[in-house]
Amino acid sequence: MGQRIDVNHLNVYYGKFLAVEDVNMAIEPNKVTAFIGPSGCGKSTVLRTLDRMHEIIPGAYVKGEVLLEGQNLYAQDIDPVSVRRDIGMVFQRPNPFPTMSIRDNVLAGVRLNNRRLKQSDADDLVEWALRGANLWEEVKDRLGNPGIGLSGGQQQRLCIARAVAVHPQVLLMDEPCSALDPISTLAVEDLINELKKDYTIVIVTHNMQQAARVSDYTAFFNLRAVGEPGHLVEMNDTTTIFSNPVEKDTERYISGRFG
Amino acid sequence: MSDSHPTIDFDKFKPTRSYIAARKRKDWTMRVFIIAAFVIALIPLVSVLWTTISSGVARLNLNFLSYNMSGVVGGNATPSGGYGGIVHAIIGTLLVTLGSMIISIPLGLMCAVYLVEYSHNGGLARAIGLLVDVMSGIPSIVAGLFAYALFNTLVGPGTVNGFVGSVALSLLMIPTVVKTSEEMLKIVPNDLREAAYALGVTKQRTITKIVLRTALPGIVSGVILAIARVIGETAPLLIAAGFISTTNLNLFSGRMTTLPVYVYQEYSQGLATCSATALQATPPCLPQIRMERAWAAALVLIIIVLLLNLIGRLVAKLFAVKTEN
Repeated sequence: MGQRIDVNHLNVYYGKFLAVEDVNMAIEPNKVTAFIGPSGCGKSTVLRTLDRMHEIIPGAYVKGEVLLEGQNLYAQDIDPVSVRRDIGMVFQRPNPFPTMSIRDNVLAGVRLNNRRLKQSDADDLVEWALRGANLWEEVKDRLGNPGIGLSGGQQQRLCIARAVAVHPQVLLMDEPCSALDPISTLAVEDLINELKKDYTIVIVTHNMQQAARVSDYTAFFNLRAVGEPGHLVEMNDTTTIFSNPVEKDTERYISGRFG
Repeated sequence: MSDSHPTIDFDKFKPTRSYIAARKRKDWTMRVFIIAAFVIALIPLVSVLWTTISSGVARLNLNFLSYNMSGVVGGNATPSGGYGGIVHAIIGTLLVTLGSMIISIPLGLMCAVYLVEYSHNGGLARAIGLLVDVMSGIPSIVAGLFAYALFNTLVGPGTVNGFVGSVALSLLMIPTVVKTSEEMLKIVPNDLREAAYALGVTKQRTITKIVLRTALPGIVSGVILAIARVIGETAPLLIAAGFISTTNLNLFSGRMTTLPVYVYQEYSQGLATCSATALQATPPCLPQIRMERAWAAALVLIIIVLLLNLIGRLVAKLFAVKTEN
């Protein structure tokens, strides 16, 4: 089952630079939440704070709270590594491990976390994850082939299978379709619709039609000027955002008048 | 509007016929120059190979490969029917090189991992980078003197054995291992590290299982390159490991001959003196035997380096990033 995330007074820094200012939002369980906004507004940055990937960059840190079912992910005693096991992530460019087969890519998360797998358990997990990512039928006869031999769209679904194989509660997707052709994009969007039964999904997208198609809630981020911190302008259910936004900036952005 | 638009005769900008002809001529001359340069660069290489093979193959036989130099006097034949051999030098070269690999590969690799994965280009990293650069310029004889002096101080005066040689060679090997491994780790895409972190994999396992694994073929090539550089070193080993005519299997005690030192020793002694009767004996005394041994040993050294290269390529291919099946 998906879990809910509450973000309270989140300020995100790269060194001294305040990148995103005072974000407050609630991400509902088993729903798809889309982050939209112009380039540089900090939507990817906020996404990466949700599974503590942000702090991998030297000098990066956050102030504020991210609560997963009420538990602050930035509390002193929380290990960022275990956070990332509960919250999976899919990246903009498909990034299967080039040294591994399709099968090993799916199992990578479990195996690299030092758990030994019985052959039969591994087989079951591979099939379960690949079926979950709508890829099983396409690759079931060549699981031993290298993962990077697949097409871009298949690679991205392989990355989704790899992410769900560690059984997270939340899936974060950072522009998962921007490197894909329209048909692969459709496959991934269909998959997102199915995945929300089991996961809470947050997706960053530049494509507003995509946000309208796949998401239940939409958050619009903006920045006042280059060099200023980004901020959350408004967040609401997707139909309201696209048909009747409260803020004027949101309306201008959605109608394509800037950004 | 229209009168502010200048009219441009684009035909003027087209390349002229003479320009095209000149470009073709230039292309031809450069082609000839480049091919000539390639051939000139190849001449010494082929010449070295040819000389070594043609001069070395005469003495290269099973007897030469299975005996050491004990009991060899001048140009006379030994009771075994041969004229001495290099088994002790082959063993010495392999042991000394193995010793230097065991020292320098882990050190160099860990140094590279620190530089790429942990240092974030801080002050220490820049200091290490500078030191590695300086270290790669150390003349090999200085490395030999250093190792000799180090063991003289730590163990006792006159300490000369294979391991001192290994230490001397590892000083020459470490910078190459660090440099090449660092470059290889740097070209591992950051995407892969992020992908591993996002799966909840620890930094240690990300480095060992993803980063090092992806960079492995390149690291192997770099290590082979480093070995090839030190396996032919003569000067530092002359000081640190010494020279002996018998087989020594203990890296940590006693002098140890290596192939380059053997070649040097044989060649520097010049022609052997043979009496008139010995020249007529069967098997005869051979005045030029030392040259023949030197060339044959040099050929064996080249073959060992070649084999190492082949093994390296095989390993690199085995662990290469597979794109297609």
